[in-house]
Amino acid sequence: MFNYTIRRLLFAIPTLFVISFLIFAILDLAPNDPTGNLPLTIPPEVRENIRISLGLGEPFPIRYLKWCQQFFINEPLNLIEQWFDISIGDSENRLRVQSWATRSPVVDLIVERLPQTLWVLGLSYVIGILIAIPIGVISAYKQYSIFDQIGTFISMVGFSVPTFFTGLVCIVFFSSTLGWFPSIYDTTHEVTDLASFWFQVKQMIMPVMVLALFNASQLSRFMRASMLDNLSQDYVRTARAKGLKERSVLLIHVLRNSLIPVVTVIALGLPQIFAGAIITEQIFRVNGLGQLLIIGIQGADIPLVQTLTFIFAVLIVLFNLIADILYGMLDPRIRYE
Amino acid sequence: MTVREPAGRQSSQQVVLEVNDLKTTFNTRDGQVHAVNNVSFSLSTGELLGVVGESGSGKSVTMMSLLKLLPSPPAEVVADSILYEGRDVLSMGDEELRELRGGGIGFIFQDPMTSLNPVFTVGYQLTEAIRQHLPISKKEARARAAELLAKVGIAQPVERLRDFPHQFSGGMRQRVMIAMSLACEPKVLIADEPTTALDVTIQAQILELVRDLRRDQGMGIIWITHDLGVVAGIADRVIVMYGGQIVEHAPVKELFNNPQHPYTKALLATMPSIDASRSERLYSIEGQPPSLSGAPTRCSFAPRCEYAFDRCLEENPPIVSMDNNHQAACWLRHPQYTAQGSQHPPEEISLRETF
Repeated sequence: MFNYTIRRLLFAIPTLFVISFLIFAILDLAPNDPTGNLPLTIPPEVRENIRISLGLGEPFPIRYLKWCQQFFINEPLNLIEQWFDISIGDSENRLRVQSWATRSPVVDLIVERLPQTLWVLGLSYVIGILIAIPIGVISAYKQYSIFDQIGTFISMVGFSVPTFFTGLVCIVFFSSTLGWFPSIYDTTHEVTDLASFWFQVKQMIMPVMVLALFNASQLSRFMRASMLDNLSQDYVRTARAKGLKERSVLLIHVLRNSLIPVVTVIALGLPQIFAGAIITEQIFRVNGLGQLLIIGIQGADIPLVQTLTFIFAVLIVLFNLIADILYGMLDPRIRYE
Repeated sequence: MTVREPAGRQSSQQVVLEVNDLKTTFNTRDGQVHAVNNVSFSLSTGELLGVVGESGSGKSVTMMSLLKLLPSPPAEVVADSILYEGRDVLSMGDEELRELRGGGIGFIFQDPMTSLNPVFTVGYQLTEAIRQHLPISKKEARARAAELLAKVGIAQPVERLRDFPHQFSGGMRQRVMIAMSLACEPKVLIADEPTTALDVTIQAQILELVRDLRRDQGMGIIWITHDLGVVAGIADRVIVMYGGQIVEHAPVKELFNNPQHPYTKALLATMPSIDASRSERLYSIEGQPPSLSGAPTRCSFAPRCEYAFDRCLEENPPIVSMDNNHQAACWLRHPQYTAQGSQHPPEEISLRETF
């Protein structure tokens, strides 16, 4: 297992380099650049100067290698310096990946936005899982019961209706009509006492629940299908014939088997949390990574988009590996060597 | 080799399991399926009851109905009584029923490849069965599990407790299943085609094992199979099932020497003989197994029966007792047609030559 993990990690390195190159190349092919949004009255020479000052004057391979140097060497060094409060080499003049729009290092922007995304998206994911697993289990155990019919219907609706629609419906209903929750997420709000905590809860409820509904719909369908697969297996009959309690049969024997594919799906879905539910963040004005990416794309802020996209790619590759390892741990029939 | 004395004749035998008029129906979307109809039998300690019949004849469903192992719905089990040591299984509460499953009645299932949970070690699955019924510590249960594995002939039992089912071969897994069903020394062991999925050498070993267990522990065993050879070798009494009903019930020698039901007769004829010449084709019973959609209104074997006459198509024959503990459900054997001790039905019934 250990060797397998190391080997997979080593294989990930060339994969990620190819990915980073592809992202860079695709972004370079995009017709827009940061001067595109400037007024037309600015003469072409000035535009050219702006481009050169941003580093766009150099040929494509050089720009790619420079980004690689900044991202793979300078940024990690910078992180190490910050964590251990030391300085390695010429830390003052080391170039970091800088956003063209804000002129601040991209990594700093990400670190700034990460907590919002993790809180809202992470919480919605956790709640989604907590809702989905019991619903899936009960739905499968009492197949075709009223509970199952309702659960299946809701999960079908939750899965098919896009979050930007449910989000807007929630805003119209709970914010405009009822006035229960604020429609805009206040990122600067700080929790200091019970009242401010309550405000934080209120502003989080809608985005979290909209996303949780979506996640839960997806997962509960997986869970139900997986449980149904296993409930009809012969080993379930064996467990009952041993005289086990129905609860043990269901929650030990069947659930343990059913969770194998579901855990994989959950692990593969985790990068989404970091990537942010772009649309949902946009609707509820959550100042997270998803919104950062949108702003970056609109402003042709190529270093920002490049870096964010690449980080998402890293997370996807990483969680794929984690899913595989989890699979190997949960299913004794699978052994990696 | 000495001739084995059928254990069912000893006076110390007592009935442990008694089934009276068991009916199992499945309520499916396409209507009711009458899988088991009016089945009655009993089992004594130390006795081995063979149950034979073709696929779909209701053998497995009958046995699973006894322990209410069929999912309900769709299954619905009704019976006059299912008595285990005088207690009615059908009126048992959940707690009592679970005590019976594994504790009083052990069950070995047909397919050892799928009957064990793939994600738990064999040791876990064994100790779980043991601790469900015996108030002992984990450590003691593990020791007992190793002991059971040794008893069913698995080498290095302590080490193998840590293995997962996929690390065992088919025959070894069936041994694990047997060990599991024996975990709490049940008085009754129901073996549902335990050797069907195994090759012949393993089958012989398992038969030997069951024979020993029965001798040592005096358990009553119900052995479901469609292999008549196996039944002839190990059973004391045999039940022949067809279309969800018992069509013949007799001590093993009596059944093989003097079959009374046309189906049994045909079944015996299908057995390949070692003496038969090569060119001879194996005998087969023509026609299809009966449809079970509805309570039987006629003899379910009649459409395939060489000896069927009009009565067979009008009414389902009741099971009747004959000499030598022999019972059969066939109009040809019914007292109405065998009056005055005659083994032949009266002349007025248009009937081909009986067997």
